[in-house]
Amino acid sequence: MTTPLFDYTLRLADTALILGHRLSEWSGHAPTLEEDLAMSNMALDLIGQARSFFDYAGNIEGKGRDENALAYMRNELDWKNWLIAEQPNGDFAATMLRQLLIAAYLAPYYRALTASKDAQIAAIAAKATKEMDYHVRHAGEWVIRLGDGTEESHRRLVEAMADIWPFTGEIFDVDASERALIDAGIAIDPKTIRAEWEKTLDHIFTEAIVQRPVDGWMQSGGKTGRHTEYLGHILAEMQSMQRAYPGATW
Amino acid sequence: MAIAAASLDVERIRRKAWDAAARVVDPEVPVLTIADLGILRAINVTGDTVEAVITPTYSGCPAMNMIAVQVDLELEKAGFVQRKVSTVLSPAWTTDWMTEAGKDKLRRFGIAPPKAASNSRGALFGVETIACPRCGSSETTRISEFGSTACKALWRCDACREPFDYFKCI
Repeated sequence: MTTPLFDYTLRLADTALILGHRLSEWSGHAPTLEEDLAMSNMALDLIGQARSFFDYAGNIEGKGRDENALAYMRNELDWKNWLIAEQPNGDFAATMLRQLLIAAYLAPYYRALTASKDAQIAAIAAKATKEMDYHVRHAGEWVIRLGDGTEESHRRLVEAMADIWPFTGEIFDVDASERALIDAGIAIDPKTIRAEWEKTLDHIFTEAIVQRPVDGWMQSGGKTGRHTEYLGHILAEMQSMQRAYPGATW
Repeated sequence: MAIAAASLDVERIRRKAWDAAARVVDPEVPVLTIADLGILRAINVTGDTVEAVITPTYSGCPAMNMIAVQVDLELEKAGFVQRKVSTVLSPAWTTDWMTEAGKDKLRRFGIAPPKAASNSRGALFGVETIACPRCGSSETTRISEFGSTACKALWRCDACREPFDYFKCI
């Protein structure tokens, strides 16, 4: 039996780690050296945020599981990250668009979360929001450059938008467990930051000459452990060392 | 009198531990001590135990583990037997905590120091002007928001053509 606070903290941790892992896949493969550094740095921010949330989740649970146990020894169905975070990197346009959609959400979300009645959640959020502001700027500038770039870069951005948009519904979903924490002043209602998210996107999309899609059928399930086929592959790679040599350190 | 003497003692221990911990430099910016950076937050003395409290610059700063180990080493060298190093997240570290002496050291090292409270959050294609740490020119261009470490961005001077790191404001 888990508590709503444990589940909530784990959702924040899982999304940060999986997105951080995805970005780290670009290390050594980015189009330029500067981008390689940028994506590794953004990955580092996210993995750092994940560590803080995992550490706290382990304390809440009180069963002696530390950040490593939570990151490396849980199976797919126990992961609570958003589906959008686990989607494959695709091309550079798809990665930058995914980063923008998530960062433009997390920056105001964490800013609001600094007022949480849970002091540790508020403290982690206070660090994270400053970091996400940089991700918004970085990804936003690239989305503009690609959208308002060549015919080819514009086409790729538009295609990425069509692929990824159905995954943006879930980030605003709230279930009973999260609702209880919102009512208690510990979590925040994502609806309260939706206007700011849309405003940031519209500002960037206008300059990038692309349309913000109309919400249609939306994919969901990650927050309750129902994932796309991609998560299992991420975990297989990410967890292989600790699965083969439990507790290994170096 | 005994109480006053005891608290004087604690203060002396605290000062000694602070001076020891403050000798640790940031492994990624070796001209700055963790005191210059504002990473060293406090020394607590409880009974025979001294505790050094540090805070990370960025959530994922990979230097934190090494800094913690080095603080522990310096405290040991200073003769503290019972000691611990703790990490706190709140209040969140800000570049405003960097000392003026620290900013001068950074500039001389070739890194443009953070400009106080200049992070206009969410601003796209930011309009900040950063002076070149080598020639002083303000004709500079940002190459990338992210540089060689989490806390730095990559810039180039259009006057002397030298690339340089800028310590980002957060």
